[in-house]
Amino acid sequence: MNLYYRVGAERDLGTPAVIANSAAKGGAGAAPTVNVEIDGRSVAVPEGISVMRAAALAGANIPKLCATEDLAAFGSCRLCLVTIEGRKGYPASCTTLVEEGMVVHTQTPRLAELRRNVMELYISDHPLDCLTCAANGDCELQDMAGAVGLRTVRYGYDGAHHLDKPKDESALYFSFDPAKCIVCSRCVRACEEQQGTYALTINGRGFDSEVVASQNDAFIDSECVSCGACVKACPTATLIEKSVIEHGQPESAVITTCAYCGVGCSFRAETQGGQLVRMVPNRDGHANHGHACVKGRFAFGYATHQDRITTPLVRDSIDDEWQAVGWDEAIRTAAERLQAIQARYGRKSIGGVTSSRCTNEEVYVVQKFVRAAAGNNNVDTCARVCHSPTGYGLKTTLGESAGTQNFDSVLEADVIMVIGANPTEAHPVFASAMKRRLHQGAGLIVVDPRAIDLVQSPHVRADYHLQLKPGANVAVINALAHAVIDEGLEDEAYIRARCDLEAYRIWRAFISEARNSPEATEALSGVPAAQVRAAARLYAGAGNGAIYYGLGVTEHSQGSTMVMGIANLAMATGNLGRPGVGVNPLRGQNNVQGACDMGSFPHELTGYRHLSDEATRRLFEAEWQVALDPEPGYRIPNMFDAAIGGEFKGLYVQGEDFAQSDPDTQHVYAALSAMECVIVQDLFLNETAKFAHVFLPGCSFLEKDGTFTNAERRISPVRKVIAPLSGMDEWDITCRLATAMGYEMRYSHPSEIMDEIARLTPTFRGVSYAKLAELGSIQWPCRDEASAGTPLMHVDEFVRGKGYFAPTPYVPTDERANARYPLLLTTGRVLSQYNVGAQTRRTGAVAYHREDILEIHPTDAQVRGIVDGSWVGLKSRAGETVLRAKVTERVQPGVLYTTFHHPESGANVITTDNSDWATNCPEYKVTAVQAYPVSRPSEWQEMFHRFTAAQQQLSEQALSEA
Amino acid sequence: MTVDAAKLVRMAEQITANMAYTDDVELVAARVADHLNRFWDPRMRQAMAEVANGDADQLSPALKAAVRQLHGVAGEGAL
Repeated sequence: MNLYYRVGAERDLGTPAVIANSAAKGGAGAAPTVNVEIDGRSVAVPEGISVMRAAALAGANIPKLCATEDLAAFGSCRLCLVTIEGRKGYPASCTTLVEEGMVVHTQTPRLAELRRNVMELYISDHPLDCLTCAANGDCELQDMAGAVGLRTVRYGYDGAHHLDKPKDESALYFSFDPAKCIVCSRCVRACEEQQGTYALTINGRGFDSEVVASQNDAFIDSECVSCGACVKACPTATLIEKSVIEHGQPESAVITTCAYCGVGCSFRAETQGGQLVRMVPNRDGHANHGHACVKGRFAFGYATHQDRITTPLVRDSIDDEWQAVGWDEAIRTAAERLQAIQARYGRKSIGGVTSSRCTNEEVYVVQKFVRAAAGNNNVDTCARVCHSPTGYGLKTTLGESAGTQNFDSVLEADVIMVIGANPTEAHPVFASAMKRRLHQGAGLIVVDPRAIDLVQSPHVRADYHLQLKPGANVAVINALAHAVIDEGLEDEAYIRARCDLEAYRIWRAFISEARNSPEATEALSGVPAAQVRAAARLYAGAGNGAIYYGLGVTEHSQGSTMVMGIANLAMATGNLGRPGVGVNPLRGQNNVQGACDMGSFPHELTGYRHLSDEATRRLFEAEWQVALDPEPGYRIPNMFDAAIGGEFKGLYVQGEDFAQSDPDTQHVYAALSAMECVIVQDLFLNETAKFAHVFLPGCSFLEKDGTFTNAERRISPVRKVIAPLSGMDEWDITCRLATAMGYEMRYSHPSEIMDEIARLTPTFRGVSYAKLAELGSIQWPCRDEASAGTPLMHVDEFVRGKGYFAPTPYVPTDERANARYPLLLTTGRVLSQYNVGAQTRRTGAVAYHREDILEIHPTDAQVRGIVDGSWVGLKSRAGETVLRAKVTERVQPGVLYTTFHHPESGANVITTDNSDWATNCPEYKVTAVQAYPVSRPSEWQEMFHRFTAAQQQLSEQALSEA
Repeated sequence: MTVDAAKLVRMAEQITANMAYTDDVELVAARVADHLNRFWDPRMRQAMAEVANGDADQLSPALKAAVRQLHGVAGEGAL
């Protein structure tokens, strides 16, 4: 069955639609129309659109160069002139809005002459190398020369020109050739309007006007973040992908979904045969509206990197050489070993872990494998270590384990509060939407230990930066809520109508206690009480207050408490259930939401239904024809502890790299070493695979059919662009493994898996591949078969009925600075890299971030004799590593910051086993450490390099044979 | 017992501390027990019960009371 199809070129209607916010309208309600006559044809078009767009809707493509649907009309190229009856002259159709009764002529002899004259001027200063130009076949200048019938250039080519300007090839993924620039400003406007970075500008005036990056810098040295918006906007070959220069124009395209962060951008994967030429953001993409970031747009080279393993491998012990084997033998070996372990140590001695980078369908079959084939509930997902507190906290307070809004909702926010998230680095496309709203004047409160870019960047300045100490989140959220109640800023009518009043009464008494006041918590958090009160007033009095948060909220010993504290604050101020407000987790990986939805947690089945619920269990038992254990199984950290304790012996790991990503690396190493059978299914022999006995080669997202669910609950299609390099679909690997263990699992296509999910999960009712193809994407919940999805949750009532105010006592973490470890280390991400870097380190993007850097405040550096660029030893109670220092005031005194994109950095050798009380989500964000100058790598790092070299040797033979 | 009992106690006390917004020990205990019953593998609950049977005094009063309410553990109500 093939429900997918290749799509044609995107059509550009010239100017944007009038966006009646889909959140506000809930996707429904038609905009008012006006009647116009275009070239003798009467049409009804939406009010407020341009004449150019109206003409395009009526089938007349008016010539244009500076206009594109992705950007506001600019009116500079003078090519789109029209005549309008009753008006003088030749107005630009892009900047002229339609009016009732308007009569427009898009083509007259005089218009044709004017347009030819304009084109003649453009071409008089443009190279005539069309046949060898990289944009040949995709050049709007060339198209327009053809459209206007340009036949001669009377001015000649010998006058003043820009043809000798040198190319700037410094950007990694695209080339800038100013000789071909027509100064239409589309790139400058794309950088401003779509990306919000303002890296590009027009330098000089009149004939001297030229596009420059920053202060006339090379692109690589400029503020450019390589999002590619300017490249997509450019109508000529001036800004063009290097991959197109290399390969030529793509001939075909498939709409699919990005496999990086939780924004879940829709892309056109453009190909020549089996060769992916470029990824272009899809204008119809509901999450990204035609925008992208450097990772999704350009960093796809890992999919064909030489490190990809495409043959199954097996070995008896991790000290043995890997043997390349066929699929049948690999599956048989894996199944036999797991069964032998169960026979010897019991049914509950094995388990599996699902990946947030895999599709819903792949995740679903892994948890089904564990529950039905292995016969226990030892299944967990990597969301354990990122957003499990979101699941717990939002389910408890609001009734559903998901964000409340669609992304577009931010465009109606009056005040945005960003807590423990760094969207410009980690969720760049959503950050651009957020910045668009901030540029329009929305208020901004940033709650973060570091001065992230949003605190101050071009045309963005936070009204308040509550620069708290790591670990003080709950103290601050309680103080904000205390101020709201104390100053009478709560929305009483909303609370009375929407919330559980007994719970509110208890919470109100709790939050009003003096210990929660901004004045009392100031000493704990380091945030001045007056700032907290001012921020509370701004948020509560805004009209629409929207909260966005990330791992800086969840990855703490009180991650779940903090999520509930955020929900309490939003409920108390009436900021839930309409556009422009809400509580919104920004998910780290592409399918964190989906992996959680798919029943990956050990205590629940799909749709967040607890195993103890008999009706739900019966439903699955009937579908799966197997008895289910009603008791929860082990979470990931429990599996590790039990492995070290000797009772957990076998693990099937889908696309997850514990040995790099999970905290307390040495503990993880010990746990993995203690297991008798570790099965890793991945693209690469990753860090965890060094401890594996069976390696099953997985597929990149370009090789799959399936779905991802983004942070706004949007289920989007992932479509096969090329065939699996390993010859085996990932969902099929799991099914074969289950079948080999005696539990038959067979599907002929992943659409059948989605059908099963939809049958078993009330919030997925009616979701199917056919419906996804029709609608493009669907935001769950779908309460009935006809539902087109739910952009906004909790509109009339909360999913749990009445909103629940959960008391949130502040309990300090055990990771506190002391004499031995006087500094606090916190961790985060950079724009160019993704999580453990397994993908991005295998693309050109590694050039942006060759190593993980330790940020340290000048005061802390000076007293320790640490200088910028020097090696710093870092020690916690868990371990020791060495990183290079960057002395910066981005971090406050007493706080250090680093990333974990490179395994040899050992950032997680430092992090401890401390975790969130409710979910065991690790406390990555707070580790007490000491820092000191050193001249050599740590012992752990030396061991790491020896171990890596040894493991590499053990795979060389097998890989050369394969 | 194969699990790290000290770590389980630390985790359970952490849960208890986060539930303790009130002085009502019985209420806190009920909530802690519900949490452990819903989210902990029975083997971990069993290990907690064994700790309580051995040296209950190392546990906070609310946690001690919570352990009495755990489902599916041998020696239930033994305290």
